[in-house]
Amino acid sequence: MKLIYTWASILITVGAAAAGDVFIALAMRRIGDLGELGRRQGFRAVTFRVLSSGAFLSGISFMAIAFFSNLIGLSWADLSLMGPATASLTFIVNALSAKYFLGENVDRRRWLATIFVCAGVLLVARQ
Amino acid sequence: MTLRKYLVILSVVIFSPVGDAFLARGMKQTGAIDVHHLLHVLAAVANPWIILGIASLIASMASYMTALSFADLTYVLPATAFGYVNMVLIAHFWLGEHIGIVRWAGVTLIAMGVGVVARGPSRTGETGAAISATATPGEGQ
Repeated sequence: MKLIYTWASILITVGAAAAGDVFIALAMRRIGDLGELGRRQGFRAVTFRVLSSGAFLSGISFMAIAFFSNLIGLSWADLSLMGPATASLTFIVNALSAKYFLGENVDRRRWLATIFVCAGVLLVARQ
Repeated sequence: MTLRKYLVILSVVIFSPVGDAFLARGMKQTGAIDVHHLLHVLAAVANPWIILGIASLIASMASYMTALSFADLTYVLPATAFGYVNMVLIAHFWLGEHIGIVRWAGVTLIAMGVGVVARGPSRTGETGAAISATATPGEGQ
């Protein structure tokens, strides 16, 4: 039963983390390079710009769901299972989401990198 | 990519696994959460290791957001995957978890993936297609 709970928490973490990543990436892309912006307008302006972004707040909400789901999962399973399992699935879901929702050019190089990392993370997750 | 941008990505690689390790240590002290009392997870937030973990993850998140402001999600995610190599090292040397040869092979594959993506461009495409239709008016640009 514990295994089912663990994998349920992994799937919820993956779905919420991918949605969070896409929304936060969208917000940051719209706002622009935070380092450059900070130099021009100051830290307070950057903070206000980020915190007033609807896409950012949506992303953080999904991240919070992913965080607590991950935390609960960590109480049932080792970090060396939870971390890599959620990460490997999140890589695939994120690559697809970035292509279709963010319009990123996910070329052969990036798919190759994603597959290497995903396969590596899966091996790391083996018990 | 400038040195500052590489340092931003390096910060994610360091703070993220350290934060996860602190959380794992804290949750091991707290004990398993009963599935009928999931809100008991909130009590774990008082544990010092959990507090340290949250602080590290906030630092990691700030670096991650900065990285996303100058690079694609599909660049940042594989590039910061080196954090999992650090996570395995921390799990082995600090949390005392056993790491076999298969896991070390996984670590090698992750490092190769990071090497492949790091040689390409960091930014491609235009601001989101489907999601931008739901954007907050006046946000960004």
